[in-house]
Amino acid sequence: MDRKVNILVVDDEEIVRDSLSSWLIDDGYEVAAAENGTKALEIFPSREWDLCLVDLKMPGIDGIQLMEEFKRQVPDQLVIIMTAFATVDTAVKAMKEGAYDYMVKPFNPEDLSITIRKIIEHQKLVRENIFLRKELKKQYRLHDMISKNHKILEIFDLVRTVAKSNSTVLIQGESGTGKELLARAIHEESLRREAPFISVSCASLTETLLESELFGYEKGAFTGADSLKRGKLELAQDGTLFLDEIGDISLKLQMDLLRVLEQKEFRRVGGSGLITITSRILAATNRDLKKAIEEGKFRNDLFYRLNVISIHLPPLRERKEDVPLLVEHFIDRFNIEMDKKVEGVSDGAMRVLMEHDWPGNARELRNVIERAMVVAKDTRISEADISLPASRKEGTNGKSLGDIEKDHILRILVENRWNIIRSAQVLGIDRVTLYNKIKKYELKKEVGA
Amino acid sequence: MALEVTVKTAGDVPIPDHSFEAERNQYHSTKILKELVRGAPPDSLKVLGVIEKDLCIPILTFVYGEAQLNGIGALVSLARLRQEFYGAQPDDDIFRERLHKEALHELGHTFGLIHCSLVECLMYLSNTILDVDRKGRAFCRHCQRALNSKIEPGRVSKWTGR
Repeated sequence: MDRKVNILVVDDEEIVRDSLSSWLIDDGYEVAAAENGTKALEIFPSREWDLCLVDLKMPGIDGIQLMEEFKRQVPDQLVIIMTAFATVDTAVKAMKEGAYDYMVKPFNPEDLSITIRKIIEHQKLVRENIFLRKELKKQYRLHDMISKNHKILEIFDLVRTVAKSNSTVLIQGESGTGKELLARAIHEESLRREAPFISVSCASLTETLLESELFGYEKGAFTGADSLKRGKLELAQDGTLFLDEIGDISLKLQMDLLRVLEQKEFRRVGGSGLITITSRILAATNRDLKKAIEEGKFRNDLFYRLNVISIHLPPLRERKEDVPLLVEHFIDRFNIEMDKKVEGVSDGAMRVLMEHDWPGNARELRNVIERAMVVAKDTRISEADISLPASRKEGTNGKSLGDIEKDHILRILVENRWNIIRSAQVLGIDRVTLYNKIKKYELKKEVGA
Repeated sequence: MALEVTVKTAGDVPIPDHSFEAERNQYHSTKILKELVRGAPPDSLKVLGVIEKDLCIPILTFVYGEAQLNGIGALVSLARLRQEFYGAQPDDDIFRERLHKEALHELGHTFGLIHCSLVECLMYLSNTILDVDRKGRAFCRHCQRALNSKIEPGRVSKWTGR
């Protein structure tokens, strides 16, 4: 036996407690006994019990109530209900309430032995299972990222290798595929992990704002610059600077950035002193940069400067095998955040999740699970708890032009995380028009989106 | 011989009336064991009672015997060791073999031994008569070593009860 098996005996009859305890002690188990529910609840938190043998009929707290309280404290607690009165009703009730087994006193010695051995085997398997699942998860995990897709696992290996270098990395992939998570993983795997990781979303800022955000400015550099401000390039010294949505920056800023990358130094806006860069640059985009180069929207030289190491994150629809893994991962996470005890999703709900196209990728899945966990009434998420926007595959039969426009705008907004500037660019309309359409169609950002 | 000790055989000891469980038509072994220990000679290290009656404890439908773990008393029932109990012809050799095993098993408990996972060991737990027949007639090396460390030679008494 690897470790002593702990058994708690609860029975109001002293003679039963004593004889059962001594029989179990003779058999090599660690045994504690309590004469009633109150005493049992005092003893219960003192150690991890492999098994609780609980008498059904006791004055005060009865066996079923006591089992419920044990299970409230330790949901996986194994309990055997003992009774001198063999009725089908009580047996059914005990099993229904979660008893592992039900035994009628007096026990046949062989039955008791077999039951206890079965439980020990069961416990051993459960522990092994938990250990193996943890080990498996470790293999599928890179910091906050989780996957068993072979392409992603290759990326994890690549990240572990390139993290130690100072080379620039360009991460490409659709919105929601985890580009920032990957950038953070590179930072965490690198020797720079103790230094700051600074992220800049290039698409959310205008050209001038982005310039001062990146380079900082001297006091008096422009109207309103009433004090010195250090830019993100400076704040990320010795650490990692992550430029998200790099494909959205203006040609002028592309030029400035190229200079910084080549010369490894820069000046604050309105400043004259050169500041040397010691941070590592990581960049990401959901755009096709090669196409942008052809269209003259992105500098070829900057692309090659950024693209020293290139990583392409595949969309979730191309790695559907990750859906169950991600679902479990998000449920675990939201159980902690929301203080819930959701155990998983029903078969029907999983089917819906597997069939969906996931245009918003893992981020969309995370939002769907978060929302489902808020509305779920049961410990398992059901099909009814899953709310998905119209699928790409959904037909347009019978829909008016307005409906199709509404669906399309909503999809683009979700794909671009409700970034108005970017969504307007994708839709080929200006921001005011997009705001008007959002108002007209009463489009609303979903909770958590 | 598993125990290198001096053995004295004492006379009959009455079975206490309150140990009879009328509903089960069996005798409560713990109650008999208590009486046995109470009446044991003061110089005895261990006392073994042998009884014809079928024994039980409140939690089990029957027991072949009972002992005090690290105590002085042990009790063995002959009822279920006889072939007749299982509808077979009497067989003295089998009966003696079973008694030898169960008596030493219970005495083992009084020396602090708990059940052993090795089927060849006397301390293997017997839930059925097949278990009794299957297990060995000696202690395994590990149990024997544990036993040797606790035995003080020449101080064991043997009583018989009915």
